[in-house]
Amino acid sequence: MKKAIVCVLMVALVVAMGMTSVSCQKSEGKAASAGPVEIDWWVLSGGAGADDPRTEMNKRVAAEFEAANPNVKVNVNVFENEAFKQKIQLAIQAGDPPDLFHSWGGGVMVEYANQGQLTDITDYVKSTLSKKIGIGALGVYGYDGKYYGAPYDMGAVALWYNKDILAEVGIEVPKTWAELLTAVPKIKKAGYVPIALGAGDKWPAHFWWVYLAMRIGGIEAFNAAYGGSGSFKDETFVNAGKELQKLAMLQPFQTGFLSASYDDESRIFGDGKAAFELMGQWAPNVQANNSASGEGVKNLGVTTFPAVEGGKGALTDVMGGGNGYIVGANAPKETVEFLNYFLSVENQKEQVALEGIIPVVKGAETVLEGNTKAIAEAVGNAGYYQLYYDQFLPPAVGEAVKDAVAALLAGSATPAKAAAMVDDAWQMEK
Amino acid sequence: MENIKTLYSVKKLGLILLLIGPAFALFTTFVVMPVFQGAYYSLFDWKGIGPLNDFVGVKNFVRLFGHEPFRTAIVNNLKVVLFSLLFQLPTAFFFALLIGRQKFPGAIVFRSFYFFPYVLTEIIAGVIWRFIYNPQFGFLTQLSGLIGPEKTEIAMLGNPETAFNAIFVVIFWKYIGFHMILYIAGLQGVPKDLEDAAVIDGASPLEVIWHVIIPSIRNTIMISVFLSVIGSFNVFDIVWAMGQGGPDHSTETLVTYLYNFGYKRFAFGYGSAVAIVIFFLCLVFNVLYQKYIVGDSRS
Repeated sequence: MKKAIVCVLMVALVVAMGMTSVSCQKSEGKAASAGPVEIDWWVLSGGAGADDPRTEMNKRVAAEFEAANPNVKVNVNVFENEAFKQKIQLAIQAGDPPDLFHSWGGGVMVEYANQGQLTDITDYVKSTLSKKIGIGALGVYGYDGKYYGAPYDMGAVALWYNKDILAEVGIEVPKTWAELLTAVPKIKKAGYVPIALGAGDKWPAHFWWVYLAMRIGGIEAFNAAYGGSGSFKDETFVNAGKELQKLAMLQPFQTGFLSASYDDESRIFGDGKAAFELMGQWAPNVQANNSASGEGVKNLGVTTFPAVEGGKGALTDVMGGGNGYIVGANAPKETVEFLNYFLSVENQKEQVALEGIIPVVKGAETVLEGNTKAIAEAVGNAGYYQLYYDQFLPPAVGEAVKDAVAALLAGSATPAKAAAMVDDAWQMEK
Repeated sequence: MENIKTLYSVKKLGLILLLIGPAFALFTTFVVMPVFQGAYYSLFDWKGIGPLNDFVGVKNFVRLFGHEPFRTAIVNNLKVVLFSLLFQLPTAFFFALLIGRQKFPGAIVFRSFYFFPYVLTEIIAGVIWRFIYNPQFGFLTQLSGLIGPEKTEIAMLGNPETAFNAIFVVIFWKYIGFHMILYIAGLQGVPKDLEDAAVIDGASPLEVIWHVIIPSIRNTIMISVFLSVIGSFNVFDIVWAMGQGGPDHSTETLVTYLYNFGYKRFAFGYGSAVAIVIFFLCLVFNVLYQKYIVGDSRS
């Protein structure tokens, strides 16, 4: 009798387990048809902790959209930069991307699209978004004639400097690589860190190598390597490594830069302890958020990456990129409307003030001034605009570039070996 | 023969199937199947989604063993195993002897004190220690200012030579409490009269520990060694939080290597090959340990 009861209970348990899994599937399917439409929106934090102004703005925009569209609910998920990169990869590989999420465009986005994880929004881009955003900026979020999202920010990586330190040490803003190299020992002697660098996060360090390659070889060198008529083992990329090594020999970075994060980098620069930082348009805001005073550097200057003697690249060639949002697979159709709502002139103007973005929506650029205006002009005048390698190239190659630069800075790879590391990854991926 | 036949009579077989069926099905789906799947994927050049059509044979494994960061990862894992067995477990045992037996008033306080790091999440522990090691305002730099004539910036994590040792210190600190608690539990079972007898026979305290206490808690030590070794092969969170395997892959472990070169690069075939290697390392250790060490004590 006892056994019989046990048997019945076991069967009941097994059946119950089966039922729950079925009912789970059902309820998931239901959410899409009835009740409010939910848009999962993954955004980056501005790095200012609990009352991060960027997060507050994003939440407000989401609430406004919800108020205007009562059947839609926008879930704002905020991530720190590095955490986002890890989390989004897992979501993509699990086949469950958020509906709208941050992206830098380029090769990483193309990889997601190739895996069928993005929604093709070409029609909406052509009918609506292209009316207010230039096709050049939109192009970063498209590939092969198809668009997957839109930028809200399109800027440039440039050399930021602390005017007070430069004045105190008595040096001019370096126009050439040689001038920068001679400035380093002088700045060190005055007790400042010449260059703040967060090489632990790798991407800030790869900017240096890429810019050197751009100044040395210009657009031809990259196109040759990318197009197949040359390679990343070409002289340009080896020489970029040699120049970077020359800089590293002078020990211009803060102690422990190899394990420092980007936040460490902005803190040191923002606290006025370092003279230079090579970073994108967002740098002043992050510096301010990470500095002890919360204000950042008072007299902040910005200039283009210095020219390398005998290099083919022009001073107006710019490496940069944007921030934007792309639409995940199976996103509700309201997602693009929300994206369009987000990209209003007013929101763009507010983002200029909060994040230091270079706006992409026509009509918002009127609020630009000072350093951000200089960056916007650099982007506008660029003859050759290169998206960051780590986003432009496929993920495996982007990682290889960052690894190669880290190895170069750690002294474990020669310039030739670093270039070969990149090229090996590229040849395998091509 | 008759007995076995009755045991497996249809009725009982039904009950057995019913009882172990669900667990067996779950175990097969979530443990056994993925291992075989992983082994299969490891023979392909595959990006995680799309058809498995680029068969490369054992090329992934050849590439793996020829890759310097992978060799660093294996060496680092073996280092954790070795250092844990040589330093961490003996220290944990020493602490257990000190505070696990005598009922002096502070014992509980010390016990919680040493056990506390184990309760912390690995990531949080890693972030805290990143602050401690920070070259600009960290503990070591401040200390150098107190000891030496002026402050020197000490960057343990920023130097590929010292970074892994710095991380091992954290692993040591983090898990010592866990092993200590295991030993304390074991010590409760050591009969007091055995010790007394040894003392009467003229054994020194060290001899009591060596000849009485250690043999008595042999089983506990075996479990502690086993958990420590398996844990050492799977160490990930702390290393990740403290530098993601960097600088320059010097602190890579097998699992961070898997993450950096598998997930991050969308190289799932290659990543599966790494996973299979980790699986076999753990399996071989497990089989040998069960056979020679645990098996020994049973006989």
